[in-house]
Amino acid sequence: MMDAISFTLSDFHVLKPAIVLCLFGCGILLTDAFLVRRIGQRWLNAVTALVGEAVVAAVLLQYLPDVRSGGSLTGLGGSIVVDGFGVFFNVIFMLAAALAVILSARYMEAEGEQRGEYYALILFAQAGMSIMATGHDLVVLFVALETMALSFYVMVGFLRDSQRSNEAAMKYLILGAFSSGLLAYGFSVLYGISGSTSLAVIGEAIAGRPALDWIMILALITTSVGLFFKIAAAPFHMWAPDVYEGAPTPTTAYVSVASKAASFALMIRLFVTAYGSVAEAWVPLLAIVAIATMTIGNLAAVTQSNLKRLLAYSSVAHAGYMLLGLVAFSETGLRGIAIYLLAYVFMNYGAFALIAALRRDGEAAEELDDLNGLFGRAPGYTILMAIFMLSLTGIPPLAGFYGKYYIFLALLGEGYYILAVFAALYVAVSAYYYFRVIRACWLGEAAERPASLDMNLGTRTALVASGVLTVLIGVLPQRFIDLAGESVLAALR
Amino acid sequence: MSEHILSIIWLTPLVGMIAVMCLPKESKDLIRYVANGFAVLGLLVTIPMIRAFDSSNGDFQLVERHDWIPALGAQYYLGVDGFGYLMILLTVVVGWLSILCSWSSIQERVKEYYAFFLFLQAGMLGVFMVLDVFLFYVFWEIMLVPMYFIIGIWGGGRRLYAAIKFFLYTLAGSVLMLLGMLTVYFKHYEQFGHYSFALEDLLRVAAYTGPEMQFWLFWAFFIAFAVKVPMFPFHTWLPDAHTEAPTAGSVILAGILLKMGLYGLVRFAMPLFPKGATDELTVQLVALLSIVGIIYGALVSLMQSDWKRLVAYSSVSHLGFCTLGLIALNPNGIAGGMLQGVNHGMSTPLLFLAVGIVYDQRHTREIADYGGLANRMPVYTVLFAISLFASMGMPGLNGFIGEFTILRGAFEVSIWWAGFAVLGIVLGAAYLLWLFQRVMLGPITNPKNEGVKDMNLREIIVMAPLIAGCFWIGLYPKPCFEILEAPTNKLVERLDPGYFSRNAEPADEAVQLSRLLPAETPASE
Repeated sequence: MMDAISFTLSDFHVLKPAIVLCLFGCGILLTDAFLVRRIGQRWLNAVTALVGEAVVAAVLLQYLPDVRSGGSLTGLGGSIVVDGFGVFFNVIFMLAAALAVILSARYMEAEGEQRGEYYALILFAQAGMSIMATGHDLVVLFVALETMALSFYVMVGFLRDSQRSNEAAMKYLILGAFSSGLLAYGFSVLYGISGSTSLAVIGEAIAGRPALDWIMILALITTSVGLFFKIAAAPFHMWAPDVYEGAPTPTTAYVSVASKAASFALMIRLFVTAYGSVAEAWVPLLAIVAIATMTIGNLAAVTQSNLKRLLAYSSVAHAGYMLLGLVAFSETGLRGIAIYLLAYVFMNYGAFALIAALRRDGEAAEELDDLNGLFGRAPGYTILMAIFMLSLTGIPPLAGFYGKYYIFLALLGEGYYILAVFAALYVAVSAYYYFRVIRACWLGEAAERPASLDMNLGTRTALVASGVLTVLIGVLPQRFIDLAGESVLAALR
Repeated sequence: MSEHILSIIWLTPLVGMIAVMCLPKESKDLIRYVANGFAVLGLLVTIPMIRAFDSSNGDFQLVERHDWIPALGAQYYLGVDGFGYLMILLTVVVGWLSILCSWSSIQERVKEYYAFFLFLQAGMLGVFMVLDVFLFYVFWEIMLVPMYFIIGIWGGGRRLYAAIKFFLYTLAGSVLMLLGMLTVYFKHYEQFGHYSFALEDLLRVAAYTGPEMQFWLFWAFFIAFAVKVPMFPFHTWLPDAHTEAPTAGSVILAGILLKMGLYGLVRFAMPLFPKGATDELTVQLVALLSIVGIIYGALVSLMQSDWKRLVAYSSVSHLGFCTLGLIALNPNGIAGGMLQGVNHGMSTPLLFLAVGIVYDQRHTREIADYGGLANRMPVYTVLFAISLFASMGMPGLNGFIGEFTILRGAFEVSIWWAGFAVLGIVLGAAYLLWLFQRVMLGPITNPKNEGVKDMNLREIIVMAPLIAGCFWIGLYPKPCFEILEAPTNKLVERLDPGYFSRNAEPADEAVQLSRLLPAETPASE
């Protein structure tokens, strides 16, 4: 299938983002060891990482003319295809990684863990994700997924002195390894079915099979469960609250946004390209999981008192909504997922940026009560927080609304009325816990020793930019909708 | 300028909000002046609309239309007909008065208060003028947010509970409406091959939708509006929200927000799904719920020991009249229902303002804590009495005209409907007069009431325009009926094609006037 000897320029071209990221990652490790550590200004690593992101942005811009209007670039014998879909998701990863770097610069400093490896890991994880969105080959996809996951395991446990961080990393590692194992098993079955690791060939082989048999169901279930773990869908979401709570806050934001986006990218590719012909088998499965995910996520979030756990459950609930987009299995539904993920970058990062900055006497303050009376101390940021929460709820005209809009539209268009009613009523449930955050900020009485916001210029910029984009995508969504639409068309092609 | 009349109307308060936000929070008086200035300005910018509006024209006027999100087919599409016109006038007046009446009662977080209030005002005005369903949903939702804060920050003891309850109830209703909207929108796409949220495009879908589908879609919309109206059994957020909100918040809630439910019904739910609205089950059920609301609201009001809660429950009863009128589906019922909405938007704010005036002095809402106020507050007593009579439906005041027209409409459908509704009027008189007796008449039993002061000039100015409005509609309702007539007839014709040719004999003044006009263009394709 693949001519292993020739590595041409076009192969290099499709791998550019990952190569750039790996080079910058290694560069950070080297400069940190030999240069930055000696000067003692380790925030410079963050600057290096941001330069890396800028180069990635340039590479993605370079792709644009080729992937516009349905074009694509193929490399490595067809195992990597850069199309609109891949570029769109790469933009999401780039934004998420850049925001993670910016937030980390201050947060890790305050936690006393300002080290170069951390930034290198952010980039390595992104390299993996980048290929998850462009890969068309099971082996490539699996290696990419593991690259991402392994980087995340370390990043989650990066606060060496924090017990919770260590516990979170351990939990994440064990459950993550288990789910990867399942996924690999499913992939091996797919290889057995089709005799190929290429998604397109697998898709044809599955379409050519006479009926749905147990081996197909086995492949379907093992791969689905593996991916359900990664997107934290119920009942495989158990790791999420602990990992979100224990991890350094910027990592939490990164995991919740980027890892979810990457897993969805892989999932969409797999389900559309390989499983497209057996949709009747997996649609009910996904529908049940989606309902369960929304139920557990929304109901569990209601009672949380820790902000990061609250957002963890909320993120579980959002995964449920996104799954519904896949259940509808239409262009509209997939467009909904793409828009949803894009909006999710800004609104979720915004919320986490504020939480990351919240400190009392140098200690991270992560309880809901720590927000009490924030309005008196930082009215501007409190307004931003309200915007993020309203957007997460799905109040128009904010970015988060459009994801739900398209997903509801897709469900109604395909005739899933009951599912749509369920999903819609859960919006009201979610409003309850998002409003607990707003209530604490605006209506809560400030404590005796209130937590204050500890921000540097980067965090401020990131926060304001997230807020502006959340509103901007909401009020003038045309361009973003078009982009998402184009990307989805590429995936369906 | 002239093509932006409506935009200017809703953007004025928004500019006011931004202006208030730019002021330093310490200079409270400056903030008050600026906010009030923008409220008055909001009143003034409606003058071009009043001059340009032609009440004999049943189509949408002062239309403004631009592409907004072509990918969705959503437009920035504004326009008014008689229904919207009256509601906009009511909103600018009541909004102005509630901003004025907050002058001394709001002392904390003044800047945020006025910012939220102006934001709310912009949202409400938007709701009454949009003709694009998507934009309507945006305004409808966004306006909940400032109301949440107004109740939650400046409300009474159980304000947090009341605020979130208000928000969640309304949101749950609206998301169902969103599903209904998206379904019609999708059906329009299936039928016509392009996406559009414009009301006139979606109106064409009804011809291609079966009765059963229309029934469900009507109810998806109806629940959202019924929560807002609020109709029994969706009313339970209302007593809490009205009672806990600050005076101005209650005024706005009762005066404008509840009317959005009525407006939504006549603007969207009924015309979009005529077969759903005229469905036998729908009509009977809505009428039943309205009647239950009328009587239940009145009975519960009778039992209240809390003054403000009494007024709140009286809204449930009064709005029951309005929905009963609308579901009668004839010109009298619909025009009466909308007019009674306007009437309620004047008389109930008066009652809330009256409560607010004594509450600011005594800080209690218990009826038992008062008694004999007439001895100390002569002006207040007179104005309060007029408000009560207006609310009660005393001939010569606005409530009478509205209730009478609704009863005519209801009677045409069923004598039972009218009979039960009359019972509601009797009960209404009972709880209002009993309230008056307990708080105003007799000797002063509570020594704390010895020192209450009568109304000051500002308070009189706040109440005067509404009282004048009550008398005006009560004595000379013709202009209002003329405004309501064209859209009402258009709606009736859409719900029941051929209604006017079958009922050649004019039944009422409102209909007589319609005879003089050129024949209606049927709205349904």
